Amino acid sequence: MESILKVKNLVKHYRSVVAVDGVSFALQPGVCFGLLGPNGAGKTTTIEVIEDVILPTAGEIFYKGAPRGPSFREEVGIQFQSTALLNFLTVRETLQTFKSFFTQTAPIEELVELCRLGEFLDQYNDKISGGQRQRFLLALALINRPELLFLDEPSTGLDPQARRNLWDLIQNIKAAGKTMILTTHYMEEAQFLCDEVAIMDYGKIIVQGTPEALIRQHSSGTTVVMPRDRFTPKTDGFPLPVNTVKNNVEIKTDDVNQCLEQLIAFGIDLSDMTVRSPNLESVFLNLTGRQLRE
Amino acid sequence: MRFKRLWAILRARNLEFFRDRSAFGWNFIFPFLLVAGFGIIFGGKTYTEYKIGVFPAESEPVAIAALDIPPRFKEMNHLKFIGFPDAARGLEKLKHHRIDFLLKTGQGPHQYWVSDASPKGYVVEQMFRASLIPPENEPNAEKKEIQGSAIRYIDWLFPGILAMNMMFSALWGVGYVVVRYRKNGVLKRLKVTPLSAIEYIAAQAISRIFLLMFTLVIVWTGCNLIFSFDVQGTYLDLFLVFFLGSLSLTSLGLVLASRGTSEEFTTGILNFISWPMMFLSEVWFSLEGAPQWVKTFATIFPLTHMLTAARKVMHDGAGLIQISPEIMVLSMMTLGFLALGAALFSWNK
Repeated sequence: MESILKVKNLVKHYRSVVAVDGVSFALQPGVCFGLLGPNGAGKTTTIEVIEDVILPTAGEIFYKGAPRGPSFREEVGIQFQSTALLNFLTVRETLQTFKSFFTQTAPIEELVELCRLGEFLDQYNDKISGGQRQRFLLALALINRPELLFLDEPSTGLDPQARRNLWDLIQNIKAAGKTMILTTHYMEEAQFLCDEVAIMDYGKIIVQGTPEALIRQHSSGTTVVMPRDRFTPKTDGFPLPVNTVKNNVEIKTDDVNQCLEQLIAFGIDLSDMTVRSPNLESVFLNLTGRQLRE
Repeated sequence: MRFKRLWAILRARNLEFFRDRSAFGWNFIFPFLLVAGFGIIFGGKTYTEYKIGVFPAESEPVAIAALDIPPRFKEMNHLKFIGFPDAARGLEKLKHHRIDFLLKTGQGPHQYWVSDASPKGYVVEQMFRASLIPPENEPNAEKKEIQGSAIRYIDWLFPGILAMNMMFSALWGVGYVVVRYRKNGVLKRLKVTPLSAIEYIAAQAISRIFLLMFTLVIVWTGCNLIFSFDVQGTYLDLFLVFFLGSLSLTSLGLVLASRGTSEEFTTGILNFISWPMMFLSEVWFSLEGAPQWVKTFATIFPLTHMLTAARKVMHDGAGLIQISPEIMVLSMMTLGFLALGAALFSWNK
C-alpha cells in the first residue's frame, strides 16, 4: 500500500544547533504513529517541518506520493502543543470561523458530540478549562475531515482524568480510520495510542517499531521492587542479583515465578512488593541510559 | 482569494473590536474628551496669552481697574495681570518664565523688567512701549478686516484630533494587534489552514477601515451636536478625505505588522513613527514659519496630507479639484504601503 506520508532525511538547523538530524519514516494509512522522546529531542520541530510551519534545512517530504501541494492544507488537521486563538470569540464562533477556511468540512454538531463540547460551546474560547481546551483544539483540527491528523503533545498539562478522557477520544478518532502522528513524552500515552513508535533523542530517531516489538527487543525481563529493609543479613546468599535504588531493592528476572519462589523460600515478606513489566520507558532507559523525563 | 475566508476573518476581527468593551469605549471617548477639553479650555479665547506681573499689588488676581499703570496698556487684549507684593517675588517668577513681563505700578518714569531670553517678553515690551505713545503721535496705519467669518480655534483643531485618533487607531489596531497574534501563535494556527496571507491582510485592513469610519461618524456627530462645526465644503468630500487617509494609515500599519514577534520592539517602532507624525502633521500647531526642511520632512507622513485636505474642505470650501494633490499622494502612499506590507508579511517571524 502507498504511504500517505513519507519523510526522507529531514534536517533542521537553527544556526549551530541541530534540532532534527536526518529523520526518515513512512506512514501507512490508518496508522497512529508516535514520536516519543524527552523534551528537546526534536519531536515538535520534526512535525512542524512536516506541517509546513517551518522550512527544513534539508530533506524531502511526500504526501500521497508527491511533494506537498495546495491540497495538503485542505486535507490535514493540526493541533499544536500550545496555541492562542482569535480573542473574544466563543467556542462555537471559532469553529464556524475555521470551518469557513476549508472546502470540505464536518458539521459542527458532529464535532460537538464527538469531542463533547456541548457544555461550553457558547463560552469564550479562552475561558474554558485545560481539558475542555484540548478537546476543543482537537475539534478544530478535525473541522476539515482531515485524512492525516497531527497532534503535538495533546495531553501535556492535563490531570490524569482529563488525560484519560482525551485518550478515549483519540481512540474513537483512530477507530474511524484516521491516520495520525502524535508527539509525546509520556510513554504510557505512546503505548496506549500508537500502532507504531519512533523514539527520538538529540534530533535523531534511535529506534522505530511497534511498542510491543520495541519492548521485546530492547527491554526484556520483569522488575520486582520491594522495600530495602526486607533484605537482612539472614537473607545473604539470595541467588538472584539485587540492585539497591534509594529505599528499594530491584530484582531483574526473566522468570517471575521462580523469583517469587526464591523470595518465599528465604522468608522475605512480600507485602508492599510491586512487579513492573517492561515498557517504552525502560526501552529508552536501556538505549540511552537516561529517563524519558530527565 | 476566496471571499468566504476573507469574510470569516473580517467578521471575527470586528466581533473582537466590538466585544472588547474597554478598548471599544476608549476609541470613542478619547477623541471626544480631547475635543471637549480643548473647547472648554480655550472656548472663544485665543490660546496665546501674555502674563504681566505688577507690584506692589495686594492680591494675586489683581483688580485691573485699580492698577496705577498706563491706561492704554491696561486696555490691551490678551494680557493677564498678576499681582506681587514686592519686586523680589516678581523677579523670581520672571526668571523662571512663569510671567513674561514685570512692571512697577505708579506714575512715570515707568520701571519694568523683561528677560532677554523670552520672545514673549520682547513682544510685551514692544506693546508696553507702544502704549506710552500719545494717540496723536501714532504712525499712520489702516486696519483691514479679513473677509468672511473667522475660523474658531476648535474648528481648526477638531479635524486634527480626529485625524490623530485615526492614526493611533490604524497603526496600533493593525500593527500592534497583528504582532501580538504572531507572538502568541494565532497566526501560526491560521497559517496551517488554507487561508492565504493576502486574505488575512485584506481582512485586517478592511476591518480597521470600517471601524475607523464608523468611529469617525459617531465622534463627528457627537461633537457636532455640542460645537456645531462650520464645514464650508461638502461632507462627501470630507468623508472621502478621511477614507483615503484611513486607507493610507491602515496600509502603513500593515507594513509595521508584516514582521516581528516582539511587542516591546513594535511599541518602540510605533512610537517612533506616530509621535513625529503627530507633531509635524499640524495636528496641534501650524508649521508656518518652521524651517523649510521641517516642512518638507512633514510631507512624508500621510497624516499631513489628510489633514491639509480635510482643513481645505472644512475651512476653505475646497472641492475635489483643489484637494487633488493630497488625494493623489494619499492614493500613492496607500498602494506603496500595501505592496510593501504584502511583500514583507510573514506568518511566524
